[in-house]
Amino acid sequence: MRAVTLHLKTLSALALVAALAGCARNPASVEAASTVKSESTRKAAPDFTLKDADGKMVKLSDYKGKVVLLNFWATWCGPCKIEIPWFKEFETNYKSKGFAVLGVAMDDEGWEAVRPYIQQQQVNYRVLMGTEPVGALYGGVESLPTTFLIDRQGRIAATHIGLVSKSVYVNDLKDLFDAPAGK
Amino acid sequence: MTSKIFSTLLLASSSFLFAQGPNSLGVTPPSEVALKRGVPTPAKIKLKLPPGLHCNTNTPSDEYLIPLKLSFAPTNGLESTGVTYPKGKDETYSFSKKPLNVYSGEFELQASLKAGADAPVGPQVFNGKLRYQACNDTMCFAPKTIDVKIPVVVSN
Repeated sequence: MRAVTLHLKTLSALALVAALAGCARNPASVEAASTVKSESTRKAAPDFTLKDADGKMVKLSDYKGKVVLLNFWATWCGPCKIEIPWFKEFETNYKSKGFAVLGVAMDDEGWEAVRPYIQQQQVNYRVLMGTEPVGALYGGVESLPTTFLIDRQGRIAATHIGLVSKSVYVNDLKDLFDAPAGK
Repeated sequence: MTSKIFSTLLLASSSFLFAQGPNSLGVTPPSEVALKRGVPTPAKIKLKLPPGLHCNTNTPSDEYLIPLKLSFAPTNGLESTGVTYPKGKDETYSFSKKPLNVYSGEFELQASLKAGADAPVGPQVFNGKLRYQACNDTMCFAPKTIDVKIPVVVSN
């Protein structure tokens, strides 16, 4: 419980700093560099079970062995919508490398709001309906987008709060794909 | 005198909102609104977003965006007969190709309040709910609903 509280406080502080800095930041101009943490500092990604758009229960731990891009988003979040085409592209291009995108929608209105949007955008990756407890497991997720890159061992390798450039994701994922499996 | 103390306490509790979280919308309601039974009376509510943040107007540019909305449930003989929202500014952000109609910095809403024939004479508080959703250039915060407490004094 204490660890979760500390994690939440850390993420809230990061969100505040990013919020204050964000107005002057253009994602197109952000320098692309891998932000992947060293393996020794990675922590286990909290497991959860959430429903997908077909009503199927999906567990994060089912994805162990794959690199996972776990993206918290909402239909009302403008910056989140910039990333969706990138994630669709990643899902297509990197699937063969053992990769999956999981979108966790945080809309209060649930599937009523989310389903039409993902159909309209032809989202090709799995979208799950988020809950507050799952958000709390990941630090409260007070701002969107918030994205976690999870390595093949189920550990959080990188965290991105707010919109970052596509090349940051590309470089992070490259690092994770290049890492020897089974470590 | 009692109503002045009452109003001061209410203002103090409202200004506390300024200190809550990076996406807090500061709310300053009028110190007191004199309502004559049956006469609609304007009440100006000042709002302030921290620098770098914006929120959608009451009529956002995209169907998925959450509008700012002030609402009052009729209570104790009081009702709101409408809210006037200022025109927003069309701003372009790095995450949106088309301009978004938004509020930022300081802005003001005007609610029309009315005391009915059955409203008790004297001071009371009319509670409104303000829903909004704020973003900066790279991230958005969860929608919030906050209380807007307007001290009123009803007379015949």
